[in-house]
Amino acid sequence: MKIQRMSQVAALALVGSLSLAACGSDSNSTSDSSSGSASGSSSASGSESAAGGGEDCGKVAIKAEGSSAQKNAIEEAISSYGDKCADAQVDYNPTGSGAGIKQFIAGQVDFAGSDSALKTEPKDGKIEADEAKKFCGSEAWNIPMVTGPIAIAYNVKGVDKLVLTPEVAAKIFKGQITKWNDPAIAKINSGATLPASDIKVFFRSDESGTTENFTNYLNKAASAVWTDEKSKSWKGKGEGKEKSAGVAEATKSTDGGITYVELSYAKDNGLAMAQIDNGGGAVELTSESVGKAVAGAKQTGEGNNLALKLDYTTKEAGTYPILLVTYEIVCSKGKDAEKQAAIKAFLKHFASDDVQKGLEEIGYAPLPDEVKTKVNTAIDAIS
Amino acid sequence: MSSSITGVSAADTAPHGEDPKSALEGDRASTGRLGDRLFGGAATGAGLTVIALVVLIGVFLLSQAIPSLMKNEVNFLTSREWVPSGDHPRFGIALMAWTTVISSILAMLIAVPLGVGVALFITQYAPPWLSRPAATIIDLLAAVPSIVYGLWGLQIAGRYFNPVGNFVTDHLGWLPLFKAGGTPQNTIAFISLVLAIMILPIVTALSREVFAQTPGPHKEGALALGATKWEMIRTAVLPFGKPGVISAAMLALGRALGETVAVMILLSALAPGSPWSWSIFNGGETFASKIASAAAEFDSPQKTGAYIAAGLVLFILTFIVNAIARIVIERRKAFSE
Repeated sequence: MKIQRMSQVAALALVGSLSLAACGSDSNSTSDSSSGSASGSSSASGSESAAGGGEDCGKVAIKAEGSSAQKNAIEEAISSYGDKCADAQVDYNPTGSGAGIKQFIAGQVDFAGSDSALKTEPKDGKIEADEAKKFCGSEAWNIPMVTGPIAIAYNVKGVDKLVLTPEVAAKIFKGQITKWNDPAIAKINSGATLPASDIKVFFRSDESGTTENFTNYLNKAASAVWTDEKSKSWKGKGEGKEKSAGVAEATKSTDGGITYVELSYAKDNGLAMAQIDNGGGAVELTSESVGKAVAGAKQTGEGNNLALKLDYTTKEAGTYPILLVTYEIVCSKGKDAEKQAAIKAFLKHFASDDVQKGLEEIGYAPLPDEVKTKVNTAIDAIS
Repeated sequence: MSSSITGVSAADTAPHGEDPKSALEGDRASTGRLGDRLFGGAATGAGLTVIALVVLIGVFLLSQAIPSLMKNEVNFLTSREWVPSGDHPRFGIALMAWTTVISSILAMLIAVPLGVGVALFITQYAPPWLSRPAATIIDLLAAVPSIVYGLWGLQIAGRYFNPVGNFVTDHLGWLPLFKAGGTPQNTIAFISLVLAIMILPIVTALSREVFAQTPGPHKEGALALGATKWEMIRTAVLPFGKPGVISAAMLALGRALGETVAVMILLSALAPGSPWSWSIFNGGETFASKIASAAAEFDSPQKTGAYIAAGLVLFILTFIVNAIARIVIERRKAFSE
């Protein structure tokens, strides 16, 4: 009797876990197929399509590691690259920018993905750029590939349009402005009916590059209010939630909530996004306004080294200032010609119009044309 | 082991007036057959493996944690800061310890009386046609993965808890324990509730097993002496089941202390530098949720060590809880014999 009951329970549990597992594999299909199609189909139809792809396809497998901010973008690119070039294989391991650069310098991976360009000042007695140069035997180039805008998303009933200046945003996230109808907010939002409710700030409780870039912006653009240097862990006020999904969900379910989150999460959760007024008028977050910020960035590298310095305090009209640019870090002249050709082919694909356009759907912004031209020139010069 | 998880010890089942050990083990005469020796060896091996495993886990945690603890610049046990990386690490577990302990205790306060009540209903009050399905349904709760409880809390239960939480903070907010903090559904009070539901089946299932084993003569004796049904339960069933209920509660407490995913999803972390609050309507992080949410960013041994040190505290905490439970059970036995 007892055994029978146990088996009923077990059967139910089994059914339950099976159906859950089914859901699980479904949602992961994009990442699965990216590596699967790259490696799996090579045996089946590899030879013809590789011949069709010609010199656009790499002949050897390449490995890359680094920033998790560009994970979705590069997986998308790898997936479509795999469709085009069945023989070519690219593996990307999103362990974080620092880890990626470390592995690249140690020669463990073929290129690195990073949220910041190779540092040219010494840190712990070592200069990243020089270390990379030593490993490559030539200069290492930072090639900007993916730009990720960060939205200030909010949920206030009856407020569809909200303008924030860096100072006001910093004060909100520092807990110095606590009501939505605070005079400071009302002043820059004339015409909007702001409720007297509390502002509920949500921040990322886990360490994240998004927090780092957002605090960097606040620190640069509103240095009087936000005195903390950029950091991966939050230094302001509010309630902490787990990952981007957590802050977006919390903001969505809390009237009066506000958070900073990648564009895709704000969009998917249907959250309103604040317009940013750096001094040159309110700017909405769009591909164009983000592209303009990338185009307006100063190139700090020489020649084909496209390290960029974003101007967070820009007053240029129509430029959305809160974003991060992620780079692919490559050897300009590698020791292994086949590998270099494969890297070149993949990056070429990554920078192509189709792929860049597709990134918009998953919450990134495509590279603006001026930058894309430079990127293509740099990729062509890789040998 | 002389006491089992159900609380029925050898002393309870052995005939009275005899040494319980000899009744169970006879004259120690072994048949000496292969099967006998194999089984004995396997059982001993299994027991030793568990002990070795626990010791090894302890040693691993210690060896990873010590280098970071040596570099720590604040008191590990009393500090509320948590900056485990950099050249001047400052990290302490006071906040985590508070959140972990208070949420687990609250969960116990809800789940144990409720679980015992359900178990009593199933074993003593419910007719057979109802008690079986009821027991099965409660057991099913135990099979639900914690992430599901987390999502349920986040998407559904939370919004019904908000008015309740607001009512409590509005009327009892003058008590430090109920001072208004964050949105109720993101607070310790709410995760305690979710944890209580998660551990309810453990308490219920184990309590049910012991209550069902109350010797018939005890119950009949109580009734024959004129006890009402409740008096019979109070004088016969509950005292008999007490060690079992305590075991169940401790097992449940272990789960509540170590629960990770649901807590991580539901509970809001506090901003660094927030003032200390005794309120259960406040955010926080438990040991397990903090470690889990940071695990993806373990980039240096020092940082990893800091989190492992926190894990070590949880390990020791669980150990202490179990030790206390064991002592309570042993003491009760001493009285009854």
